[in-house]
Amino acid sequence: MDMDALIGLLHATIRLTTPLLFAAIGGLYNERAGVINIALEGKMLLGALVGFMVAFSSGNPWLGVLAAAASGALVALLFAYVTITLGADQIVSAVAINLMMLGFTGVVFRLMKAANSGSLSAPTFQEWTIPGLAQIPVLGPVLFRHLPLVYLAFLLVPLAHFIFYRTTWGLSIRAVGEHPRAADTLGVKVRTVRYLTVLWGGAMAAIGGAVLSIGHNSTFIENMTAGRGFIAFSAIVFGKWTPLGTMLASLLFGFADALQLRIQAGILEPLFRNLGIQEVAYQIPVMLPYVVTLVALFFIGKSHWPAAAAIHYDREEG
Amino acid sequence: MGETPFLRMEEIVKTFPGVVANDRVNLEVRHGEIHALLGENGAGKSTLMNVLYGLYQPNGGRILLEGRPVAIHSPEEAIRLGIGMVHQHFMLVPPLTVTENVILGLPGARGILLDQAEARQRIQEIADSYGLEVDPDAPVGTLSVGVQQRVEIIKALYRGARLLILDEPTAVLTPQEIQGLFTVMRRLVADGRNAIVFISHKLDEVMAISDRVTVLRNGKDVATLETQATNKAELARLMVGREVLFRIEKPPAEPGPVVLEIQDLVVRDDRDVPAVRGLSLEVRRGEILGLAGVDGNGQRELAEAIAGLRIPEAGTIRIQGQDVTRMDAGDLLRFNLAYIPEDRQREGLVLDFTLSENFIAKRFRRPPFSVRGFLRHPAILDFARRLIRRFDVRAPGPEVEARKLSGGNQQKVVLARELSQEPDLIISAQATRGLDVGAAEFVEQQMLAQRARGAAVLYISNELEEIFNLSDRIAVIHRGEIMGVVRPDQVTPEELGLMMAGIRREGAPATESPAEPVSSNPGGHP
Amino acid sequence: MTTVTQARESQASRALRWERLINMLLPVLAILASFLIGSLFLWALGVSPVTAYTALVKGAFGNQRLATSTILKSIPLIFAGLAVTLAYRGGVFNIGAEGQLYLGALFAVWAGTRLALPFPWHLLVALALGILGGMIWGAIPGYLKATRDMNEIIVTILMNYIAIFTVSYFVHGPLKEEGWNTQTDAVAETARLPTLWAGTRLHYGVILALICLVLVYVVLFHTTLGYRIRMVGANIHGARYAGIKTTWIMALAMALSGGLAGLAGTVELLGVQYRLIDNFSPGWGFDAIAVALVGRLNPIGVLIAALFFGALRNGANSMQTAVRVDVVVIYILQGLAIVFLIAGSSVDNRIRRWLDAWQA
Repeated sequence: MDMDALIGLLHATIRLTTPLLFAAIGGLYNERAGVINIALEGKMLLGALVGFMVAFSSGNPWLGVLAAAASGALVALLFAYVTITLGADQIVSAVAINLMMLGFTGVVFRLMKAANSGSLSAPTFQEWTIPGLAQIPVLGPVLFRHLPLVYLAFLLVPLAHFIFYRTTWGLSIRAVGEHPRAADTLGVKVRTVRYLTVLWGGAMAAIGGAVLSIGHNSTFIENMTAGRGFIAFSAIVFGKWTPLGTMLASLLFGFADALQLRIQAGILEPLFRNLGIQEVAYQIPVMLPYVVTLVALFFIGKSHWPAAAAIHYDREEG
Repeated sequence: MGETPFLRMEEIVKTFPGVVANDRVNLEVRHGEIHALLGENGAGKSTLMNVLYGLYQPNGGRILLEGRPVAIHSPEEAIRLGIGMVHQHFMLVPPLTVTENVILGLPGARGILLDQAEARQRIQEIADSYGLEVDPDAPVGTLSVGVQQRVEIIKALYRGARLLILDEPTAVLTPQEIQGLFTVMRRLVADGRNAIVFISHKLDEVMAISDRVTVLRNGKDVATLETQATNKAELARLMVGREVLFRIEKPPAEPGPVVLEIQDLVVRDDRDVPAVRGLSLEVRRGEILGLAGVDGNGQRELAEAIAGLRIPEAGTIRIQGQDVTRMDAGDLLRFNLAYIPEDRQREGLVLDFTLSENFIAKRFRRPPFSVRGFLRHPAILDFARRLIRRFDVRAPGPEVEARKLSGGNQQKVVLARELSQEPDLIISAQATRGLDVGAAEFVEQQMLAQRARGAAVLYISNELEEIFNLSDRIAVIHRGEIMGVVRPDQVTPEELGLMMAGIRREGAPATESPAEPVSSNPGGHP
Repeated sequence: MTTVTQARESQASRALRWERLINMLLPVLAILASFLIGSLFLWALGVSPVTAYTALVKGAFGNQRLATSTILKSIPLIFAGLAVTLAYRGGVFNIGAEGQLYLGALFAVWAGTRLALPFPWHLLVALALGILGGMIWGAIPGYLKATRDMNEIIVTILMNYIAIFTVSYFVHGPLKEEGWNTQTDAVAETARLPTLWAGTRLHYGVILALICLVLVYVVLFHTTLGYRIRMVGANIHGARYAGIKTTWIMALAMALSGGLAGLAGTVELLGVQYRLIDNFSPGWGFDAIAVALVGRLNPIGVLIAALFFGALRNGANSMQTAVRVDVVVIYILQGLAIVFLIAGSSVDNRIRRWLDAWQA
């Protein structure tokens, strides 16, 4: 493989990590507060659709992103109400929300297609080349020629680290996820913390979805998230519930995705031919991100989940 | 100031589904006093204090603080009013440091930013002025129970608490640590500005530390007395509503051959730290060996290792002479072992199963309860009805879920299942914890009956009184080692207390490891 | 004393009956509520809910052919719903029924197209291999949960994708028929499930589904194995103490669950479609979660819920042509039904707590 191919691969890794990173770093907040959220998938999917629709009708991709965030927060509000206020099972509720979003996005998108006979194409973002930094050999083109959303996603990582470990909010979030009753006795508003982190996580997941639909390409495809919400959730587990770890895990999964695209596109064919492999059916590389995620989870083995994860808190219950 | 009491709670009512926990309770606390709140488990002490602390909303009554009526809707408001509470189960977040635990929930130094340096300094000041030594940077989960309690008290003082509620603070301490706590308590109220509500069900402690005492029974306040003007017998009568026998009469033991024999046992806890460290003991047929010790000194791990729920790292366990060290609970079924676990809701019962399903948990494999893999419901129901009658379980019927029973009746279900098999060996861990006097007495009677029948009983408890009442011999455990085995009539509670704090008694089995350094020692007070 | 006991028992049985009634009513109410919200959604799209729902009902039961089709569409849901139920009872949330049914169908199509055997044997071998395929795919997450403490939800979801791409690989490659279509050969006549009555498409899969239903019920509530499974699901610590090998039981429950899900794909293949294609399943494995939960994790409930969701799926096709709302709308109804159901249960708990307090 030559240098350009390597740069291309790494650039694509950063690009494909971005949607995962939005969802995973956003989800990290509610996970640390003790709310397990496998509805990231549904929220990403909704964000992809809403971002696309609003960008399409307004002509402004930024409005699309904002609308996506709002829609994600709205669904998160439903999830929060059902789980935090009513005390319903977090996993079951999330499964239900994923089903609903699959149906909702499908119906709405087909109606949209039916209503617009012309091409369905929304404006996309332009790359921002960072002056100076982009000139650095290898690193420049890999790291500093990206969509603005990519920089934003990676800036969320130090932000999360700062909030978790240097602010009163972060202390409250961590305490609520470990021992909600202790936090409650000290005047930390457990429900409020959980609501806000779930809303924030929902908004971020939806932005991650919007990156898929109006980032580079300008399309919405039914079920286009294809499990990325679950992979983002796995990134949190694999990253041991820390912002930095979550980012590294997301990068690993992003790399697997970039690699499989390259294999599909035949870029690695010379390499395979050297190894004596004639033809690779596209289904094999497509599985790669899922297999990598599985293997990663296998090797992390037992991990320390927040002690109060997935446990409902009710002040007047023993 | 002397005229207006610090706190008045008037006619407080708090109900839970099916229970009136507080029935028009009155309580008055004065400045500068240590006021004991005495009552059995379930008498409504903790409920009353949770109302005061804003965790529960009362269904009736009012609260006056220094003469002003206040409504306390949340702990936050209680804190603002100068009320601090140290809960029976500590409200500490184990992975966070002492400092993080103390400043949790407080506004940041500059906006939302944490200022740990300043907090650390203030913690040090508070610690110095009341003798509450603690390392501000240690993760709380690594500290001993006694030190964790200090963190709780610092937490309340840091928030400017003047009225401090201590909910059963001595339950987890050695007698020596209790003396240390009492010293701190007296220092806290010395200047007449503060006050302490001391919740307890232990008469000795109430007599020793309090200025006045309010007795609760069945959710009602039955009396408020000057401590000097009363005595243990009167308090006991008020608390229980009848005369209490302080000693159970029991025939002398006739110990037979050794049933349980443990040698040099090492068991790790959930955090992978050795909790049982080279422990040896034996229990004979027809005797009760009491295992005394402060909570968290390896009792749970020892019990679980014997019951086959935890694989020991080293040493041997023999039952009836056979090596069972590496057997799991399934293998042990044929040894006719009864185990009454510390946490009956987690391990003893399946709360969502009916009583009859719970009763057959260890028997479902055999006829008449199953034949060739199929369950025989008529036999199961019949068996359940018999046990419910024999053990006087107060339940609507065998098909009700265990979840719906009171704590005492849930324990009866566990006892019924375990003891009805006429076990040769009984491991009982904190069997009376959380039970009222009647239910606790039932448990103790059952143990004596099993002893008379010829069972070997290992009775683990951190209630010294109970240990004295039941045991034929007493072994004391400290940091996973036996500090000595004594006869109850040849030892005083004070001597036992020293052993619980890690002072080895003459003639105790020698082990190679020397005494622990004082700082990490639960009994390590000056 | 006896009268007091009797009074207590009768009071308790009254409470028990009330609980059972609520348990039965809740799913019905949840479904009604989901349709109500669904109609708001339809109305917002400018579609008359009355027209849409009428088309839905007619499409599901309008004539004998449609009613048969509803039953046929319910069959995979019964198997997959039982699969989710069995695992859930054992404390494992199997979201991987979709992948397991794909693997089952893959094994079965291999047997049906690559083996040559006389009639009942060929069919039986194909069925057995279908079960085996699902079992393998279910046992892996069960084993990983039991031994490595890996979250089964994530593992089964990831394995769904892997299964679907694996099937796609075989459909495009090794098992592809000669010609332009990306599909496998049709399974041999000898491996097909015979029809029940001549002239209808109803096949022996119906009988098989009912047998499995009874089997799951008997296993769960009348055998020691079921007792073990339910105990592991209800309290794993208690089960360990009762001497049950919890990890083994969890893995076994997942394997059995996978086998049932495998049957869902196998029976559909051998009874209806005969060929394996990409997107062979319209999402039965996911519908199964709704079927199991709305059926309250009870085999009888699963039967009713499966018939209901089968009707929904079948009717939705007619609704699509009548009012131009896509079939996927039923995902919204299913999701809403689950949300209302779980929200309803917790509200019900509150009401009951409140009633208790009031009576005391």
